[in-house]
Amino acid sequence: MHEIPLQYILIVSTLMFFIGVWGFIVRKNLITILMAIELILNSVNINFLAINRFLYPHHLEGHFFGLFVVAIAAAEASVAIAIIINIYRRFTTINVENVSEMKH
Amino acid sequence: MDLSQFFIMRHEVLLLAVIILILLMEIFVGKANRKAIIPVSIGLFLLSTLAGFLPAESGQLFGDMYRTNGLIVSMKNILNIGVLIVMLLSAEWLRKEENLDKVSEYYLIMLSTLVGMFYMISSGDFLMFYLGLELASIPMAALAAYDKFRNSSAEAGIKFIFSSALSSGVLLYGLSMIYASTGSIYFTEVAAHMGEQPLQVLGFIFFLAGMGFKISLVPFHFWTADVYEGAPISVTSYLSVISKGAAIFIFSIVLFSVFPMLEPLWQELLYVLAILTMTLANLFAVRQNNIKRFLAFSSIAQAGFILLGIMGGPHLGLTTVVYFILVYVFTNLGAFGVAISISDKTGKENINDYNGLYKTNPMLSLTMMLALFSLAGIPPVAGFFGKFFLFTSAASKGYYILVLIAVLNATISLYYYLRVVKAMFIEKSDHPIAPFRSSLSTRMALALCVAGTFAVGFISWIYEYLYDMTYLLFIF
Repeated sequence: MHEIPLQYILIVSTLMFFIGVWGFIVRKNLITILMAIELILNSVNINFLAINRFLYPHHLEGHFFGLFVVAIAAAEASVAIAIIINIYRRFTTINVENVSEMKH
Repeated sequence: MDLSQFFIMRHEVLLLAVIILILLMEIFVGKANRKAIIPVSIGLFLLSTLAGFLPAESGQLFGDMYRTNGLIVSMKNILNIGVLIVMLLSAEWLRKEENLDKVSEYYLIMLSTLVGMFYMISSGDFLMFYLGLELASIPMAALAAYDKFRNSSAEAGIKFIFSSALSSGVLLYGLSMIYASTGSIYFTEVAAHMGEQPLQVLGFIFFLAGMGFKISLVPFHFWTADVYEGAPISVTSYLSVISKGAAIFIFSIVLFSVFPMLEPLWQELLYVLAILTMTLANLFAVRQNNIKRFLAFSSIAQAGFILLGIMGGPHLGLTTVVYFILVYVFTNLGAFGVAISISDKTGKENINDYNGLYKTNPMLSLTMMLALFSLAGIPPVAGFFGKFFLFTSAASKGYYILVLIAVLNATISLYYYLRVVKAMFIEKSDHPIAPFRSSLSTRMALALCVAGTFAVGFISWIYEYLYDMTYLLFIF
């Protein structure tokens, strides 16, 4: 059987990571920023799973790490969305530029 | 694994018991008796704090995922003391009408983050470390957004959760590289396979950046001031003392136990970070008017000083860092305590509002002055010894120029700490804060802080005990 080599998977995950960081910086909508964070965490997951599968197939540490990262990302998203809903009630917008009271 | 082994996790188990009891109180205590939750929760936590001081065994559990020894136990005890003071300080604020229906939430969330910090400090592999880190930071965002009806509190919550999520993403990406090059996530095995391969160095730098966010070192500090200002003030005190202390503990443990092979590299990185952190934070602190923002930048600057301590190697470095955090708990909470009680009574949080405070509230002014002197490092109080040991630690490795820069920065910091003292004692005001009497719990907390500020400096066996304990760092 023909397998996809490890480096191709790592290229995808690296691209995803930096797209996530880029999105986190340039996006103005709070929900989109949350999506960018999910991209970052998923790229980490791809890394862990691919490395485990290709380099250390006799242990399962990478797989477990991936599972836990998924669970924690869900928890993080739920708390973030709860706060975003509260922000929408307070400011009636979820645009980053309008959600800012404090000055430097 | 039998029950006696299980109880080497005594700190965590007791804390979980306290959390469950508070949860039960939330269910069974009626609307009329909500105020009773506050003293009972503090009492329960006091019991678990006291039980933490009983002699503890070292050991490891769950196949080396959890480990504990004398040093880690003392770190947890220091955090426990700090949380107890924060709980006492926040009692008066929680007793207000608008907070009464969510009193138990405050304690539940706060103690859950504390459990996370305990597991993080005790972790023996990166999975446990990551779980502890997230358990310590996700509920914290809910705590920062605790004031549901205040805009800036919601803003602080969202800023905190986004920056902490980004930083843990970066940190995890670094961990995945370290996993790729070493094939393990256990601290001992990773340390055995660490070299200076490019992938490992890159992974370490990502890891350092992620931790830099949590400790709020300077290139990664942008969230700190806004979150500290927006969050309710007692949550700010928790963030700046307990959260930061726990992050620094695990950061130094990981540096010494997982990355000793990269020591030349991280010494250089910390050298640069320390200079940047101290200098920039000091310069920003000079121009602040809000007391919370002011204390935020002061706490960033203190983190820069702590980096100096870490550079002194596993024994001297770790001792001075743990000792400094102990001092920092008492002094910074003393300063926050005064700010909290003034904010509770009058809602004023600016430095100008403190003009003429000595005339009306002499005890509070003296406490604040003592805490600020200790933060600045003026001799008779503990802060001086803390800073002095940190500088000694860096000097022992020959970083004299760094120590010189740090001393210069300590002098700059004296300027802005004394600015608050000047406002309280010298400036005149037409409308000073009216005389008031704080509640019993606040006064107890402040007395504890003042006593700690003096005692920790003069009781020399504390330092010697911590120094002996650092020899246990690698023994479990």
